[in-house]
Amino acid sequence: MADFQTPEFRQYPAIPNELVEGATAHLSPFVAKPNHQEQLGFPGELVDNWEEKAIEKMGDLLSKYRSLRVYMDACVKCGSCTDKCHYFQGTSDPKNMPVARQDLMRSVYRRYFTFAGKYFPKLVGARDLTREVLDEWYSYFHQCSQCRRCSVFCPYGIDTAEISMAAREIMDSIGYGQKYCNEILGKLQTIGNNLGLPGKALKATLEEFAEEIEEDTGLPVKIPLDQKGADILLITPSADFFAEPHIDGLMGYAKVFHEAGVSWTLSSYASEAANFSMFIGSYSNMKVVAERIRKAALDLGVKRIVVGECGHAWRVAYSFWNSVAGIGSGGDDPYAQQLQKQLDHSYPIPQHICEFTHDLLEKGQLRFDKSVNDSRTVTFHDSCNVARGTRMGNYPGGQFDIPRALIKASCNHYVEMDQDSIKEKTYCCGGGGGLLTDDLMEIRVKGALPRMEALDEVVKDHGVTNLAAICAICKAQFAKILPYYKFPMDMIVSTHQLVGEALVMKGSIQEKDLDEEEG
Amino acid sequence: MGINVGGTELETDEEGYLLNLNDWTRDAAEELAKSESIEMTESHWEVIDFLREYYDEYQIAPAVRVLTKAIGKKLGKEKGNSKYLYELFPYGPAKQACKVAGLPKPTGCI
Repeated sequence: MADFQTPEFRQYPAIPNELVEGATAHLSPFVAKPNHQEQLGFPGELVDNWEEKAIEKMGDLLSKYRSLRVYMDACVKCGSCTDKCHYFQGTSDPKNMPVARQDLMRSVYRRYFTFAGKYFPKLVGARDLTREVLDEWYSYFHQCSQCRRCSVFCPYGIDTAEISMAAREIMDSIGYGQKYCNEILGKLQTIGNNLGLPGKALKATLEEFAEEIEEDTGLPVKIPLDQKGADILLITPSADFFAEPHIDGLMGYAKVFHEAGVSWTLSSYASEAANFSMFIGSYSNMKVVAERIRKAALDLGVKRIVVGECGHAWRVAYSFWNSVAGIGSGGDDPYAQQLQKQLDHSYPIPQHICEFTHDLLEKGQLRFDKSVNDSRTVTFHDSCNVARGTRMGNYPGGQFDIPRALIKASCNHYVEMDQDSIKEKTYCCGGGGGLLTDDLMEIRVKGALPRMEALDEVVKDHGVTNLAAICAICKAQFAKILPYYKFPMDMIVSTHQLVGEALVMKGSIQEKDLDEEEG
Repeated sequence: MGINVGGTELETDEEGYLLNLNDWTRDAAEELAKSESIEMTESHWEVIDFLREYYDEYQIAPAVRVLTKAIGKKLGKEKGNSKYLYELFPYGPAKQACKVAGLPKPTGCI
């Protein structure tokens, strides 16, 4: 276990009192191995003329993304963002202020791309891209979870996440990538999921879960794999096949699908919703990964695509799948066109599992026994990418209301955390954006501080027992860091776990018992 | 990087996982366990043996739920829960037990 102190809770809400310069300057994730890099089309290791190449790449990104240039130019140093970052709050390191993180790139931008910076660098805080600066980039751009909370408070809407994505893209392009993201993306592109779970193992695992549901409900609920001709293809994070409490969420989806009477399937070829390409700012890799899903959808002949509980995946699905792969309108290559013809446009493409379940709820097709969850008092953690990068339903804010509606339909006791820590102002779990790796445990624990403080408040005031989430990263992060803050690990639950446990399926043991009780 | 097992240096990654599956021996497991401050007992071995068998068949470590169910079936219901596994491998059965079993570290959102 790394040697660091879990932060003490502050008087809530609070800002750090004293800055600690360089508090987390020592943090730097493992560098990707040559084979991890090369699989993704990046140089295996730091290239000789890296400075020149990095500046060339930055110029390329600045010309492609107008937003990036605006973000570089627009900051007026108003200070609005400074205390909004969970990593800053948890570490007190001034370099974790969003403006300082942006300035890592802005200082280099000024030196190479602005008149003043070229001729009077000192006057405008412009810096050469030295090895020291590059290493500072590597450290602090991997202390950003790209959660975009700071951008909510920026009067110019500067998006630090996009800057951090661009920085990582530049570093990848000169052979200085991060092991966690890049190794995983390699597995995804060769085996079909982040875990590296081969088809045979996936099949055996799903059969075990189906058996468990059958034992519990007395119903032959299936978790189908590679079922040609099914109506719905479910694309869900592979953590749903492997980790706790993710698995319980998956079993919840299976129950809902069964109860809805629809035919559905998973795909062994595209057995992953996650697409870490977004974290590293690589649209070329994002496209490769999204095209696996398109291929699976075409091969299986499905009419609908539903996405499981995964935060950044929903942002990729909602905002990028259409243009990179033609899943949703957009995409003009023949395969995209073919898929457009095949999919049923009377449903959202893609559709979130929460939307799917919510539709049934609205139509009164689901019966719940909320008392099953009476031992729980639940609060909901909005995942940053869902909250600030997407929507659910057909109106602004649906992404906040729909998961809550599902939880409230399944539980009698529901409590909100402090309003500055939920919905569009939600705090990152501390492990998003490619930081969910053991070598960054210190920043993960410290970055979780504001969320843990808000949780502590509702635990003390309202006896909250469980924290529900709709993101695989949030779930894994909380399962790991809750104990650092003296909360039980199993406090974190999947939203569809609550749904699945309270759902009274037609013909199930639960239905029989409930009918007898109600006479 | 590496660990020394009976005079032989075995290659590991930055986090101490064996690089070559075939380098694993029971002595290596003892050394790997030591690096995690775990003292191997009969109960630890039961888990490690199951993991190795499962990996042989499926080329990946089992999901925690699959592991707990299998342990429960084999060793009795009282052992078939994740609490039991966390007692044996406090940093998490998936990662820590895999390390001792000489298997690659599971990756992803876990």
